[in-house]
Amino acid sequence: MDSNCVDKQNNLVDSIQSHHQHGNVVSNPWRDLRRFTDARIGLGRAGISLPTSELLAFQLSHAQARDAVNLPLNIDALAIDLSNILLLDNVTYPMRVNSQVDDRITYLQRPDLGRKLAESGRKTLLHHMNSQGQAADTQYDLAIVVVDGLSSLAVQNNAKPFINELLSQLHQQHSGWNIAPITIVEQGRVAIGDDIGQLLNAQVVMVLIGERPGLSSPDSLGLYLTWAPKTGLNDACRNCISNIRPAGLPYTEAAKRAVYLLTQAKKLKLTGVNLKDRTQDDVIEHQQQTQNFLIAE
Amino acid sequence: MSQSYRYTLGSQTYQFRHLADLMAKATPQRSGDRLAGVMAQSAKERAVAQMTLADVPLKIFLNEAFIPYETDEVTRLILDEHDTRAFAYISHLTVGDFRNWLLSDYVTPQVLAAVKMGITPEMAAAVSKIMRNQDLILVAKKCHVTSAFRNTIGLPGHLSTRLQPNHPTDDVNGIAASILDGLLYGNGDAVIGINPATDNVAQAIKLMKLMDDVIQKYDIPTQSCVLTHVTNTIECIEAGAPVDLVFQSIGGTEATNSSFGFNLNTLAEAQDAALSLKRGTVGNNVMYFETGQGSSLSANAHHGLDQQTCEARAYAVARKFNPLLVNTVVGFIGPEYLFDGKEITRAGLEDHFCAKLLGVPMGCDVCYTNHAEADQNDMDNLLTLLGVAGCSFVMGIPGSDDIMLNYQTTSFHDALYVRRVLGSRPAPEFEHWLSKMNIMKNSADFVLSNTVPNAFAKPLYALQGDY
Repeated sequence: MDSNCVDKQNNLVDSIQSHHQHGNVVSNPWRDLRRFTDARIGLGRAGISLPTSELLAFQLSHAQARDAVNLPLNIDALAIDLSNILLLDNVTYPMRVNSQVDDRITYLQRPDLGRKLAESGRKTLLHHMNSQGQAADTQYDLAIVVVDGLSSLAVQNNAKPFINELLSQLHQQHSGWNIAPITIVEQGRVAIGDDIGQLLNAQVVMVLIGERPGLSSPDSLGLYLTWAPKTGLNDACRNCISNIRPAGLPYTEAAKRAVYLLTQAKKLKLTGVNLKDRTQDDVIEHQQQTQNFLIAE
Repeated sequence: MSQSYRYTLGSQTYQFRHLADLMAKATPQRSGDRLAGVMAQSAKERAVAQMTLADVPLKIFLNEAFIPYETDEVTRLILDEHDTRAFAYISHLTVGDFRNWLLSDYVTPQVLAAVKMGITPEMAAAVSKIMRNQDLILVAKKCHVTSAFRNTIGLPGHLSTRLQPNHPTDDVNGIAASILDGLLYGNGDAVIGINPATDNVAQAIKLMKLMDDVIQKYDIPTQSCVLTHVTNTIECIEAGAPVDLVFQSIGGTEATNSSFGFNLNTLAEAQDAALSLKRGTVGNNVMYFETGQGSSLSANAHHGLDQQTCEARAYAVARKFNPLLVNTVVGFIGPEYLFDGKEITRAGLEDHFCAKLLGVPMGCDVCYTNHAEADQNDMDNLLTLLGVAGCSFVMGIPGSDDIMLNYQTTSFHDALYVRRVLGSRPAPEFEHWLSKMNIMKNSADFVLSNTVPNAFAKPLYALQGDY
């Protein structure tokens, strides 16, 4: 390296090392690292405190997330969306049910009621089972339950594309899953899937639910799998895949993990803490050491 | 068997079915106790319950188990570990006397340390219910609980932070970017701790290696932790992964812990495994626990107890395993347990007080979710109060926003704020490193340097080619 080059390199190091000062704000040269993460890094500082612009940007994000919690699910649009999923064996219009909660304020304070099906919903599901002939004989391998949860936006945006991907991967397996018509739930919590899975006589229930909105992720979809669903199970009986959305865990990857867990659940006849997600074990074990930029020489 | 409790106020007699009922009704208002149907029906009933509770002798708590000894291993732990000799200092007191005793000038940090194994979680919970916020702060500040692994946490006048570099897909560069940000803001002495996006052993090992590499390369006197299920961490240790601390969320009843998928034997096994690695340099506290009011109710495992009493019982579980760190994730579970900023603040102070009184190295995740009635101002208030109370550590996260867990907690900036207004220093070993690296220009006044240290400028420079 000639001396000119060395000088250039030193200048570059200098520019990385010195913070730029704009008035009373010290900016952070490592802010460029935000291409690796949505985390609020490199915000800079006024003294040791947040600069005004960052303080106000946070307030706006918080306001948006607060609004997302209160946005109602457009259930008609979602039902039409889900009825257009072609890969379902029995193309049925989704069944629409409610929890025992009527409004959002009650929903936030009464998770116990959000876990229980309203009587009308129970009737809807029983009616479906009766319409299948001998109710006691009808059995599904999998019941898919779509629940608004704390972000209707998550369900509205991500439920259909995810289910599409999931079903297409399941079909490739040729393992023959008999899937119940999709149930859509308003004002529901995760455990409402236990009631529904039991009523539909399903071996395993998959709940897709809007997770609580974060400041950078107002539309995060969560997935919960419960083997042999019945009223009163606890969370140790479930497996979870979180943050399903294009900017989070992509549909293909999420579906791959779900299919793995479904297949294992069927084999082991259980879900929960004794069923570990090992989809990435091979990949990670055979990878070269996954170096991050702080370690790279 | 349990007796009922009565209090006559004027012409009206109030009756409480048993001690657990009295405890619940004496608890300051919160939504979780309303949800469980155990809270006082009126403000007056609550005040009367507190007066009744103040007259209860501490001895009663040893005879009247809230959850039967035979059916709950946490009850067995509490009663079997109770130290009668330590209890002798306070065995003559009622709950009301106990408050006076704790606040008295006679009770010094040394006295509290001598008595702690004589105090049960239920006694701590009971006295907290008749204390005001300032009482909780004043007594907690007298409880000195220190622990150590590669640095020393909890020394009086010190406040540490957990650097929490979470990423929604566990991207190694995304995580490294947040770690760098935190270190350059002087955070990360309690632990560099990642909540992984998926509960997967191979993934946990990958993240453990990532943090271990960074800690070794930059010679940082701190420890790392992947906050995965305890059974996963045991597998990681068996696979030879560089495990510093074993993590687990814990609750105050056996049924809560079953719902989390572990029991006390599991924790003992994990602690033994971690100790066998001998990775600590200045101490061997190898466990990291998280708690939070509402977890037992959420798991339908509360046995009719109020949520704060359940929470205090979790500290008996923690204390058994000599943890390096414990923190209550106070506003995390949501408004169905702690409705707003006021309830979160009160709960945070109660949790910190009860844990410290029992001898647990308590920190707090000062936090809220977007569906709670709370905002950054509430967090500023609680952070300041906990700083005054001598809290061992708080969270440090970029811009307060956890992009994986979707909640808001304290930021790197917030930690510097509370250190500056209160003069609370980082762990001594870490503070030395901050000075050596020239991250702090003036560590006494918490003034950050205006240049990036050479060691960290180099990797940034190496990335320039990619820009």
